[in-house]
Amino acid sequence: MQETIIGQYNPIAVMFFLLFVISTLGITYWAAKRTRTTKDFYAAGRSVTGFQNGLALAGDYMSAASFLGIAGLVSTKGYDGLIYSVGWLVGWPIIMFLISEPLRNLGKYTFADVVAYRLNQRPIRAAAAAGSLVVVLTYLIAQMVGAGTLIKLMFGIPFEVAVLVVGTLMISYVLFGGMIATTWVQIIKAGLLLGGATILVLMTLYHFGFSYGELFKQAEALYTNKFLEPGGLVTSPLDAFSLGLALMFGTAGLPHILMRFYTVPDARAARKSVFYATGFIGYFYILTVTIGFGAAVIVGQKLIMSIDKGGNMAGPLLAEALGGNLFLGFLAAVAFATILAVVSGLTLAGASAFSHDLFVGVIRRGVAAEKEEVKVAKIATVGLGITAMLLGILFKGQNVAFLVGLTFAIAASANFPALAMSIMWKKFTTKGAVASIYTGLTVATVLLILSPTVWVDIVHKNEKAAWDIKEKVEKINKDLKIAAPGQTLTLEDEAANRKLEKDAATEIIAADIAVKGKIDTLKKGLKTAPEGVILSPADADNNKQVNDQIDQMLVTESPRIYREKVEAVTSVSPKPQPIFPLKNPGIFSMGAAFLVGILFSLMSREKEAEAKYEDEKIRSCIGIGAED
Amino acid sequence: MSSKSSKKTTEEILNDSDFQSLSSQKNTISIILTILELVLYFGFIGLIAFNKPFLAQKFSGSITIGIPIAVCTIFFSWVLTGIYIFWANNKYDVLVKKVREKIGG
Repeated sequence: MQETIIGQYNPIAVMFFLLFVISTLGITYWAAKRTRTTKDFYAAGRSVTGFQNGLALAGDYMSAASFLGIAGLVSTKGYDGLIYSVGWLVGWPIIMFLISEPLRNLGKYTFADVVAYRLNQRPIRAAAAAGSLVVVLTYLIAQMVGAGTLIKLMFGIPFEVAVLVVGTLMISYVLFGGMIATTWVQIIKAGLLLGGATILVLMTLYHFGFSYGELFKQAEALYTNKFLEPGGLVTSPLDAFSLGLALMFGTAGLPHILMRFYTVPDARAARKSVFYATGFIGYFYILTVTIGFGAAVIVGQKLIMSIDKGGNMAGPLLAEALGGNLFLGFLAAVAFATILAVVSGLTLAGASAFSHDLFVGVIRRGVAAEKEEVKVAKIATVGLGITAMLLGILFKGQNVAFLVGLTFAIAASANFPALAMSIMWKKFTTKGAVASIYTGLTVATVLLILSPTVWVDIVHKNEKAAWDIKEKVEKINKDLKIAAPGQTLTLEDEAANRKLEKDAATEIIAADIAVKGKIDTLKKGLKTAPEGVILSPADADNNKQVNDQIDQMLVTESPRIYREKVEAVTSVSPKPQPIFPLKNPGIFSMGAAFLVGILFSLMSREKEAEAKYEDEKIRSCIGIGAED
Repeated sequence: MSSKSSKKTTEEILNDSDFQSLSSQKNTISIILTILELVLYFGFIGLIAFNKPFLAQKFSGSITIGIPIAVCTIFFSWVLTGIYIFWANNKYDVLVKKVREKIGG
């Protein structure tokens, strides 16, 4: 197996990272002097160009989860990983066709400005702020936990320290530099990430003589043709459509993305920025997929999964294999920067929802001095940052993948329908909007909790584990050879049985962390020899002793563990079943939000809002009266 | 905003033939392109859900047909945004300028 230094303290990575931190803090200092008004703090003075905003949007959107996660998914699952990368992109055209221009023309700082444009300000702002804050917080927790884990893997520093470093830097950028600093952090990060991934792909292709045919030929040779075909990730069509809807329309409902459209001078620049962003993001996902397949062939699944089961280290491992320590260090620093940029954008969006929508819109009924609003936004930034750090540490070691699904489901259900209907439907009313937002929020959250991802995998984690072991053991036991009456088993059958019993025992041991830990420690004592070299007699002897010890432990411990940890659970609790069958509730929660919004609007006519629709239409179409 | 003179302007703009054509063109283009994007993506999802063997066919050498299809879904999504930009820059902006000049905005 190839050697790797991943997981150890890596001075080159730290050096690159410090370079990034120093330059971005320098920018923050520069930005701080230019951040005085609310327009500066929330919208970078609307001075960002379409191209810059395109890069910044890409920077906001391309998270470490997509960079490391998709490459990992492709390297371990092959084609199925590719399906995800497509899903992450397709929301962008929708943003362009339906949202970007009206958003820029109608709003000021948050998407709630647009929903509230012709409706009652206070209830709408309260509801929209709730939708924004829930999306921001769930996404922040997912990013923080991911950040802690990934940084621990790449830099060898403890989880808590990593979360604190990320949290402190993110608060500094937003607090002192507002949207100006955040935008530049996004732009630099997007440049680094696109550049780093491009170099990695060029090196990968060089390895295969710049032939994708060769890359896939070797991938097929190693992992069979199944690796290049859609497999088990998408089983139920309804599930696939539901997840697809959530990804597509969730993108168009993410507050930190929507907020970026206020940083450009006009609707023309807003639409331009989506064109650039879509190009950058699409290009990036195609790179990521190449990195995933390249890692599977050059690094190998065995090593990738031995470092991280989910495959998250596929990209960094490939960088190490092709470009050595120096390139690994660079890429690790880029991943760190990626996490920082995304959490900064989220924090700023959350702070805006708090200050602009909740404080000014709801508590102060729309009247507040600019200075005071900026002050509240800054307090909210610190509050959100600290909350995110605490929750990140609290959720350490938890499976938080479901939070990303939840974020997109809520964004697609609470934020998108209200926004779309307020732009496109004359008869949309305050009651309809409020009911739609809260329905989307509640239905998405409740259904996700009742879904297999949370109800089975998290709420009934122990029962699921016990039942999984029981089923595996029963399946193994079925293969046991039984002697016919009056006869004894052949030696071969005996040996086969002993091997099956050992397999079953190994499954059972997994239920007891203490015993499993002991066995894993023992296994580390096994000696290996380089390929083609025979183990020395002393090493062979050592290995035999270790293996005997492990076998002994399996035999003596497994019946007790099976009784206490498996049967004790399966005899009292039935096999856990999800109450809601789909993994992502998107199709139902989004449908419910639209339906409730339409029903409540039809039941409550709002003449004033209808009258204002004409004004809205003119402003939305030709930008007269748009904030400058 | 709600003074009498601007109210009059609102109605004038609404009845203006250039504004009407601008507004209806924009709606049509947005809806057509949105539908195309939906067809593109959910067509891809539909193939995965209902016709896996099709995607598993060999395209060239070891490469299955599913791989270029996925890459094309990404690429054509971007092309659709390009089409919108092309239309907006060449038609929409011209009409907007015309209407704005008329009302002196």
